[in-house]
Amino acid sequence: MIPAEFEYHAPTSVQEAIGLLQQYDGDAKILAGGHSLLPLLKLRFLQPAALIDIARIPNLDYIRMEDGKLAVGALVTYNELERNEAVQRIGVLYDVVKQVGDVQIRNRGTLCGSLAHADPAGDPPALAYALDAEFQMQGPNGARTVGVDDWFVDTLQSALEPDEVLTEVRLNATTERTGSAYRTFEQPASHYALVGVAALLTLAADGTVARCRVGVTGVGPVAYRAADMEAALQGKRPDEAAIRDAAEQVVNGVDVLADLHASVPYRSHLAKVYARRALAAALARATGQPEPAE
Amino acid sequence: MPMPNAHQITLTVNGESVTREVEPRQLLVYFLRDQLGLTGTHVGCDTTQCGACTIHLNGKAVKSCTILAVQADGQQITTIEGIAKGDQLDPVQEGFRVKHGLQCGYCTPGMIMSATALLAENPHPSEADIRHAIDGNLCRCTGYHGIVEAIKWAAEHPEGAPRAEVAS
Repeated sequence: MIPAEFEYHAPTSVQEAIGLLQQYDGDAKILAGGHSLLPLLKLRFLQPAALIDIARIPNLDYIRMEDGKLAVGALVTYNELERNEAVQRIGVLYDVVKQVGDVQIRNRGTLCGSLAHADPAGDPPALAYALDAEFQMQGPNGARTVGVDDWFVDTLQSALEPDEVLTEVRLNATTERTGSAYRTFEQPASHYALVGVAALLTLAADGTVARCRVGVTGVGPVAYRAADMEAALQGKRPDEAAIRDAAEQVVNGVDVLADLHASVPYRSHLAKVYARRALAAALARATGQPEPAE
Repeated sequence: MPMPNAHQITLTVNGESVTREVEPRQLLVYFLRDQLGLTGTHVGCDTTQCGACTIHLNGKAVKSCTILAVQADGQQITTIEGIAKGDQLDPVQEGFRVKHGLQCGYCTPGMIMSATALLAENPHPSEADIRHAIDGNLCRCTGYHGIVEAIKWAAEHPEGAPRAEVAS
């Protein structure tokens, strides 16, 4: 499996990268770790005229707290995230970055790259919903920011324009009375999620749910927010019955995928089971209780 | 025949500086195998799953089927050919021999590169750590038991083993 021919550029600034994107008029792709892009090139699903490798651009390799949010630069790998103490305090993010793909993939793949590619079975899109991700881009007309609800447009299509570079993702880093978790059932060879559910709960002082966020990957043609499930818990006391009832709503209105690994009923069932587990783990973390056995 | 659109890259492979012309689409694994003749790095699935092509890039285990040679420009690479010290096998290689960590041998170079990266970072791994570290390497012969034992052996014998002990 050899990619089709392309030209290669390794710019040393974001501005230079944008200039190259404009020069190729939509027929160039940004390359960072390459672990979403190169498989698509090898299958010739994509045959861009050029790759623009941003790995030589300085100052895109940072993880830092800004205004209570975690800012992750475009070149940060899963492995770098896994080792970061701020990341380790954000349950759902730590869950994802320590289990996505395998060791080698985590050493090379980047969080921003995966999110830019919007793979419907990738793990990161689920956490983007759970942590209210904001996507910072730079293009010919300057910088702009898009929230997660406008980011995942379709299968393998994000809101990133062909002449824009995703430079940073910002994630909710609240830990006060907050717990979050990711639970996934993987296809064992590819490690892609047959279902993956990322959940976050923030509790009010009286123990009711002040904020519930649920992102789902692997289930539909595009990752999504399980809005009915979030609404079902909002303002409620998150006891076992409430969590179970909310998890039943996880595939509401979704065009559930069927493939050789999972039929529609089976995948729907898995989604409900993993939604319940993700919520239960998030609750345990929010309240400092031991995580329930699964 | 001159290559269209060729790029010159210079990288360090097993301690030696190497400069070559490559096509941008040349995958690192084919660069190592076909241009440098380092055929110990295997191509298995070619889809980032099996780990037979695992090498070290700047000390970290990576899958060389999913990296372009041009991306490795200026970087440090170690392949399976680069881990023994002359005739002295790396302890992980010795462990695979002692503990029968292979059958057909196809996955073995990748397994060993994953294991050496693990031990460099965590010299005293638990069995769970070992299994986690080889999660990205598939073996279709052994059921992994011998491989895990081999890596445990290497962790317990960081200096390798005297030949006499190995032979017995």
